[in-house]
Amino acid sequence: MELKGRKICGGKAEGEALVTKQGISFFGGVDTQTGKVQEKGHELEGQSISGKILVFPQGKGSTVGSYALYRMKKQGTAPKALVNAECETIVAVGAIISEIPCVDKIDISKIKTGQKIKVDGDSATVEVK
Amino acid sequence: MKLTKQEKDMLNGKYGYAVKKSMGILVALGEIYNAKKLVEVTSVQIAGVSYDNLGDAGLEFLEELAKDGKVKVLTTLNPAGMDLENYKALGISEDFAVKQRKVIEAFSKMGILPTCTCTPYLIGNNPHFEQHIAWSESSAVAYANSVIGAYTNREGGPSALASALTGKTPLYGMHLNENRKAQVKVKVTCPVKGTWEFGALGKVIGEKAKAKPVLITGIKEATVDELKSFSASIATYGGAAIFHIKGITPAKVSAPKEEFTVTQADLVKAEKELDSECEVDFVSVGCPHASLNELAKLAELLKGKKVKKEFWITTARPTKKIADSAGYSKIIEDSGAKFAADTCCVVAPIKNRFKCMATDSAKGCYYAGAKNNFKVKIMPIEKLVEEACK
Repeated sequence: MELKGRKICGGKAEGEALVTKQGISFFGGVDTQTGKVQEKGHELEGQSISGKILVFPQGKGSTVGSYALYRMKKQGTAPKALVNAECETIVAVGAIISEIPCVDKIDISKIKTGQKIKVDGDSATVEVK
Repeated sequence: MKLTKQEKDMLNGKYGYAVKKSMGILVALGEIYNAKKLVEVTSVQIAGVSYDNLGDAGLEFLEELAKDGKVKVLTTLNPAGMDLENYKALGISEDFAVKQRKVIEAFSKMGILPTCTCTPYLIGNNPHFEQHIAWSESSAVAYANSVIGAYTNREGGPSALASALTGKTPLYGMHLNENRKAQVKVKVTCPVKGTWEFGALGKVIGEKAKAKPVLITGIKEATVDELKSFSASIATYGGAAIFHIKGITPAKVSAPKEEFTVTQADLVKAEKELDSECEVDFVSVGCPHASLNELAKLAELLKGKKVKKEFWITTARPTKKIADSAGYSKIIEDSGAKFAADTCCVVAPIKNRFKCMATDSAKGCYYAGAKNNFKVKIMPIEKLVEEACK
């Protein structure tokens, strides 16, 4: 199945989807050293987003979240790609300065955790195997 | 998006690396948000200052830009990870201090003022009504848009820095009147008093309305300190960039159809959610940074008393300097309470250092739980001093 959205940041990535219906706060909500979600009560609490195709409605929280993504990319704990329903500035800027492929305007209800996904930021497509 | 010839040159590298990289960020954002063009800004506030948040990667990013980057407008900074003068007394390591100083140096090299406060509007960065600015720091954004009536999006650290280095921001979001209109009316039917209660109100409204601009009625009066606390809370719990309070904030807005009511019970529920069963071992005031009025109040409450618990007051260094000359600082420090200027409990590396934090700040409560692993108890300033002296 191929989903078409909007380009936020170009580049290609392939991997396993990790999906949540809840927003993600990269500042404070994710441990940048381990990649684990640490927001109390979050449906992904304790799970690592490292190396995953992270699928979520949008970012939230502090504007410093963009640097958290940059830091994760440099450390090797970042997600391989970001797929949003409606991207906001923290994730958009974070993806761009970190060069993490990012696509939004995707119906994320069509993707399930564990599925193999291909993201093409330039053509703004998400292929679900 | 239409770019002028000069903007195209900036994007192509004619004006150097920092300008090119910055324009890249701004143009990408502008395209995403369908901005018709870029607009000039009169000031910038930059978040992403604490070394605890930036790490070596963030520091590298800044040092790269500082090689040829110079700001085009008045640019102020958010709090750093430590009190730049007094960090040893607050338990910050020398290793951290070295890196934090490098971050400040990189910013200073670009012409950015190391104000290190989330309250730029209290210390000389004073936009006025309808001015376009590019601010990050969600509490300052909410304050600037709502209480001052200036125009800014919730910028991220890097996009604010990009605006500082180019003097521009894409014309979208809060820079357009149609996006600033109230979408939900909130009728407050109970009295709201004190920074702590305005913070609780921000939690109630933020959690319900999320990022939708609200028009709040039923608030008869609000001090700058209460508005400051409310701005921080609604931005934290709701992600709001703007709010309107009838009779208090300056923008003229019409009442939307959708509405909900906030009652005494709602406020009490929010206050209870920020009140844990725990033994307080840390008292914190100054999220956002304490104003002169708040320092005067604290001096009055602490005069002649001795605190028995760790008590930190976070504030902007310029504010502290005035408090020093007014004699407030001596009274406060004689009680055993400590000042931390340039920094705050949200960005200082204090995770796990304390178990139970008492504060008047709803925003402070959120980050204490999420980032520092403290339990929290929200209460008014008078009760905080009582708690500290027990």
